[in-house]
Amino acid sequence: MLARRIIPCLDCDLGVPGGRVVKGIEFKQIRYAGIPWELAGQYYQDGADEIVFLDITASHERRETMTSVIKETSRSVFVPLAVGGGISSVEQAREVFNAGADKITVNTSALKRPELISEISDRYGNQAVVLAIDAKRRYTEEEGRIIVQTEQGPCWFECSFYGGRQFTGIDAIAWANKAVSLGAGEILLTSMDRDGTYDGFDIPLTDAVAKKVKVPVIASGGCASPDHMLEVFQKTEASAALAASIFHFGEWNVGNVKAYLKERGVNVRI
Amino acid sequence: MTIVIVDYGMGNLFSIYNALDYVGGNPKIVRDPDGLDDADGIVVPGVGAFGSCMSQLSRFESSLLHSFREGVPMLGICVGMQVLFEESEESPGAKGLGWIGGKVVHLPDGVMIPQMGWNDLSIKRPVEMLDGISDGDMFYFVHSYYGQPKDRSVIAATTEYGVEVTAAVSKDNLFATQFHPEKSGAKGLRILQNFVRSIRC
Repeated sequence: MLARRIIPCLDCDLGVPGGRVVKGIEFKQIRYAGIPWELAGQYYQDGADEIVFLDITASHERRETMTSVIKETSRSVFVPLAVGGGISSVEQAREVFNAGADKITVNTSALKRPELISEISDRYGNQAVVLAIDAKRRYTEEEGRIIVQTEQGPCWFECSFYGGRQFTGIDAIAWANKAVSLGAGEILLTSMDRDGTYDGFDIPLTDAVAKKVKVPVIASGGCASPDHMLEVFQKTEASAALAASIFHFGEWNVGNVKAYLKERGVNVRI
Repeated sequence: MTIVIVDYGMGNLFSIYNALDYVGGNPKIVRDPDGLDDADGIVVPGVGAFGSCMSQLSRFESSLLHSFREGVPMLGICVGMQVLFEESEESPGAKGLGWIGGKVVHLPDGVMIPQMGWNDLSIKRPVEMLDGISDGDMFYFVHSYYGQPKDRSVIAATTEYGVEVTAAVSKDNLFATQFHPEKSGAKGLRILQNFVRSIRC
């Protein structure tokens, strides 16, 4: 049986030489966390099942910095690496794969041009394409939306792009489903309502998407404790849980989070 | 000592190169069949469809068979394991190397396809390539098909994914894994280290 995966996420600011890992709060404030490949190496040693690098600066000239970060990381980190941020063509994806990435994540560029998903998956396989979704709850009643029941009332979820700075009007659950039919092999699902709040994952959102799509769903946004991971694994079919701050700022490490989950009956790799 | 990674144009070999380098295997990427002549060990990686892998690999076929018969330690990974079989449901009509009798079949309905993630091994034969590996150790898999050998005794390890899936086979100087040792953390590196050690002996 497949293990539930624990995935540390490195938000990378590549505007400085060598890059640095930062962490935003509710998609805004920034806190410095460390050097990308050093942190990746640490998380690998601690037992991370996979590592996600997101280029939050995502400008063309900085992609070279990202490829050097991945090259450096892949010399000593032997778990799958996923890379995202500003990838908008097969050619750009190829640069990242050639640097040692196993998967690429797409978000804004796929919302603007959904065929990008098929173009990359035709070439590299569905397993290599992760669709990242930043979803925000909307409690307004609108025709044709996929409604999810929450403790705060029924809502639908709206996709955001440009790192949470703009909204699309697109239904996140419907988009997840469409992206899978286009060839996305995995969904990285971030709750904008929870990201940076330390309130735990958005369970109704994660549950709804994991039930809807036939590919693995990575829950993201709001994780501040192993209890939050336990909750998302017990209450939803999420294949993986992604977190950043909990690992960056020394509150927990991947190893003791996994031990905590294992003791409580979650199938994780120790 | 030189370990040759066969580059037949299917996917990037960065990860396996780095992992072999990390365990002291002195890897070399070779794009030409002549490059197998002085190999002390050979790695056959593989991504993509069975049929396209075979059509790209065919120019290496006789050199590989020669090395296999000479007793050169060989390691197949993922589709590099599947091509050892006679044929695959993925690419009807395409002929595999056929060093292992049997067919590559699709994973069953009712499980997510591909199998992508960490799954645990059940060891069937304690071969040297699995030194340091225990029942229940987890490895990273990405695949939709798996090999079903006619002679079950070649199976070194299996994993459970809707059915019992062949995870590793061992035959003479040949060892092959459905999972990716180069992406399987310390346990995966251990297998690569065992491969390097089998060449040194």
